[in-house]
Amino acid sequence: MTTVSAERLAQVFVEVADTLVAEFDLIDFLHMLAGRTASLVHAPAVGLLVADQRGQLEFLAASNENAQLLELFQVQHQEGPCLDAFRSAAPVINADLAKAGPRWPNFAPRAAQAGFRSVHAFPLRLRRDVIGALNVFGDQTGQSLQPDDVQIVQALADVATIALLQERAIRRGEVLAGQLQGALNSRIVIEQAKGAIAQVHGVNVDQAFIMMRGYARRTNRRLSDVAHSVVTDPTGIPELANP
Amino acid sequence: MNDRRARVLALIERQPASPDADAGLASYLHRLCAAAVGALTASGAGLSVMVEDGVHGLTAASGPDVAHLEDLQFVLGEGPGMDAFAARRPVLIPDLDHGVCCRWPAYVPAAYDSGVRAAFAFPLQIGAGRLGVLEIFRARPGSLTTDELGQALTFAEVALATLLGGQNLPASAGTGLDEAMDSRAELFQAQGMVMVQIGGTAAEALSRMRAHAYAEDRPLADVAADLTGRRLRFERDCP
Repeated sequence: MTTVSAERLAQVFVEVADTLVAEFDLIDFLHMLAGRTASLVHAPAVGLLVADQRGQLEFLAASNENAQLLELFQVQHQEGPCLDAFRSAAPVINADLAKAGPRWPNFAPRAAQAGFRSVHAFPLRLRRDVIGALNVFGDQTGQSLQPDDVQIVQALADVATIALLQERAIRRGEVLAGQLQGALNSRIVIEQAKGAIAQVHGVNVDQAFIMMRGYARRTNRRLSDVAHSVVTDPTGIPELANP
Repeated sequence: MNDRRARVLALIERQPASPDADAGLASYLHRLCAAAVGALTASGAGLSVMVEDGVHGLTAASGPDVAHLEDLQFVLGEGPGMDAFAARRPVLIPDLDHGVCCRWPAYVPAAYDSGVRAAFAFPLQIGAGRLGVLEIFRARPGSLTTDELGQALTFAEVALATLLGGQNLPASAGTGLDEAMDSRAELFQAQGMVMVQIGGTAAEALSRMRAHAYAEDRPLADVAADLTGRRLRFERDCP
């Protein structure tokens, strides 16, 4: 059994399937997917990694961001459940971090140190294409994803992948390729903006992110746009740009 | 350094230097364009350095026709390269006959007349730092394959690294991203901090960080960690 209500689930699926909006923003979309997944299965953290043109997994969005969590996503560039899921196109479910040292010597101890107990990774796949992985962390001993929740998360991942790739089917990849490169660059801008805000306000980068995200939500602007303004035209957002 | 990058650098090295060009940045970028043409079976490649308000400076091109087309884009104030720079993402037009004449009503006929049937524009950028655009042109319509797209993006990366390093650091030094792979977020965060500290652009901030790393003989990732850990800060240069 799952604890997710059918109505809530249906809402989320519609949200996830709808990429055919004029001003589609890949980072915003992935943020939404990560956030919805985390709340649906009550996971402390969910992240999304997408493969760049070299086939390397790059972190793009998460349900929440702090330096320690970011590091966990970045480490999976080299090893970890997401890389396994990406390469094998098969999900990694209920991996016990306390026992996963031999499997992921770099990732597992860091994840355990961050307070997580279990980890799962779902490939973003459609037939033979795997474009990335969705990462779910669990923080309670013995907590695992119930079979129904596993199905739900994989279905969300599948719907999101279909939605992203259908543009590619129609226009032979140009749109998704452009979006992906744009998103990869936006991720860099977000990090630059964290640093700029941290410097101006004398806070750490995690606090800087919270300030930036709060501002984006209050003003109903995209996170990437706010980040870009912070770094290129600070006069436009005095609240963030001035101490 | 990854394989793709090494291959692209080798392709560039194999290009002969143009006899009437002086050595240095312009010559290297010209050879980069020539190498891209070969690697991507293109009819031409052009690179334009741009600043934030769209004004452009140096242009390198594989040949005079492409150089003319690059200049024309800026004279007309429209084109795939300008759009890619403004939108901060590649603009890929596999067929100039399909649906783009309204987007660039003056540029498309001019490009078409000069034999261009496909155009692929890649912004040269590192987050908020934008330095220009690299364009690949073909005389036949068709998409870039996944592999070709990867190659084109690698050429763009090398072009970016070259522009970031100026003539003082070899292109093989990279942007520092390869070295700092595990701590990329921290590298960019530090870059943002330095931008505020020195009151400079993203490119200038990265230059200061790399110069410091080079002078202290320390990995760039360590310099970034010191900056975010507030053990190190830079000051504005005295005028």
